[in-house]
Amino acid sequence: MSGSALSFARRRRFGNYFWIGLSALLSVGIAAILLLILVYVFYQGVTSISWAFLTQVPHPVGVPGGGVGNGILGSAVIIAIATLIALPVGVLTGIYLTLFAPPRLAGALRFAADVLASVPSIAIGLFAYEVLVAPFHHFSALSASFAFSILMMPLIIRTTESAIRLVPTDMREAAVALGATELQTLFRCILVAARPGIMTGLILAVARVTGETAPLLFTAFGSQFWVVNPNQPMAELSLQIFTYAISPYKVWHNQAWGGALLLIMAVLTLSLTARIAFRGKVTANL
Amino acid sequence: MQIAPSTRNETMLETTAPTDAEAGVSVRHLNFFYGSNQALRDVSVDFRAREVTALIGPSGCGKSTLLRVLNRMYDLYPGQRAEGEVLIDGRNILGPGVDATSLRRDVGMVFQKPTPFPKSIYENVAFGIRLHEKLGRAELDERVRWALSRAALWDEVRDRLNASALGLSGGQQQRLCIARSIAVRPEVLLLDEPTSALDPISTLKVEELIDELKADFTIVIVTHNMQQAARCADRVAFFYLGELVEIASAEDLFTRPREKRTQEYVTGRFS
Repeated sequence: MSGSALSFARRRRFGNYFWIGLSALLSVGIAAILLLILVYVFYQGVTSISWAFLTQVPHPVGVPGGGVGNGILGSAVIIAIATLIALPVGVLTGIYLTLFAPPRLAGALRFAADVLASVPSIAIGLFAYEVLVAPFHHFSALSASFAFSILMMPLIIRTTESAIRLVPTDMREAAVALGATELQTLFRCILVAARPGIMTGLILAVARVTGETAPLLFTAFGSQFWVVNPNQPMAELSLQIFTYAISPYKVWHNQAWGGALLLIMAVLTLSLTARIAFRGKVTANL
Repeated sequence: MQIAPSTRNETMLETTAPTDAEAGVSVRHLNFFYGSNQALRDVSVDFRAREVTALIGPSGCGKSTLLRVLNRMYDLYPGQRAEGEVLIDGRNILGPGVDATSLRRDVGMVFQKPTPFPKSIYENVAFGIRLHEKLGRAELDERVRWALSRAALWDEVRDRLNASALGLSGGQQQRLCIARSIAVRPEVLLLDEPTSALDPISTLKVEELIDELKADFTIVIVTHNMQQAARCADRVAFFYLGELVEIASAEDLFTRPREKRTQEYVTGRFS
């Protein structure tokens, strides 16, 4: 072996180690940032969290105590209604574009879903404002749910699609071979097999909107009180964090940290549930 | 969804084609096309009732295609079409007005790879029954038990009927699929290389099962394994390039083939 060939091999080996090392370092960096955020929010927020914080409405400035109970309730109500809208629409669209739509239409639908997924959430909030707030002259939780459902749909559509695609053709043929009609095959076999994947998509969609604030600014608007009527303006956790964080009061900043901790825990729990509960049942990575 | 027995008897009267007296299934001048590709050429063959007929031949010879014509599985795929006649109980199942879903109740199919649904063992067997019949709980239980016993699986699963079918071994899953197919009480059972994904012991069990089942069903089995054909089948049909070359008793076909191509294939000269 000549000297130059040897040095070439050595250079290649060095290059190899260098780039692998660099990507490893950066990957660790990303994980570290996540960890840092979690630790810092926990450190700042944990002192604010108490039973009262979870169960009381906000107190006026100067009155000690108070909490985000109405915000937690509001988030639950708004997301629940959004799910009721987005789940059937998303799943049915996913079914249609996977199994029934002609290829060109399926491609168009898929593209539309992808574009919709990348529309800034504030623009979707504005749309909801135009459709459900402005005409009625008042803010409402319902308009927030509408905005959220639009954010959730593309995720549900695409996870439904990939979950259905993962159902082996053999299994579909097995149902057909037993004398199942197209509809029976769909509901009793394909959807049953695809359910874990669809559920994962739903949970991730819920996790996604749980962290959204922008579309709420001019839809749910926020409230200082317990509200359950979805036709009224309603408090929402991330909205409360936003309001508290931009306030000039130290006490409210602490409340914001507490709320942020709750929110992160909620999203983390949802994501982990999606990963663990349906592990191995879906290979789609979303 | 239910097919009244009287319908079958009526259509039986209309039959004119000459068929083997014992024929459960008679294929007459069958041509099959994948688009413009012809996969079966003028195939005429009888599958006798309560016998096992094995279809052998090299890959792409059309044996699986023939199986998928018998329960009209090809209907699922646009561009695939069959010409000719397939008579079951005197009824041409390729003819117009034949409801493929009720046909498939009479003609069950088991696939190469086990295809359990992600449901409990019980629900897997009940799946097909529920599509066609409304049975009370007790009757349904009884039918499920019957099908599982008939598939030689009952003793292994009787204590865990509500456990997921996905937890069974490959061989058990395949016997479950056989139980699922016979649970709707078909007349014909199609087996598409049912043991090619199984270990030798599971294969043996399935082969014993096939021998048991032929008392009640007309069985057509596609296999790549000539020993299996020799072990299981009463008659063996050899296909080559979409044509039926020869059909004979298993013994005759393997020891005294009439055709040179059959002889070359069974002696391993080509595959």
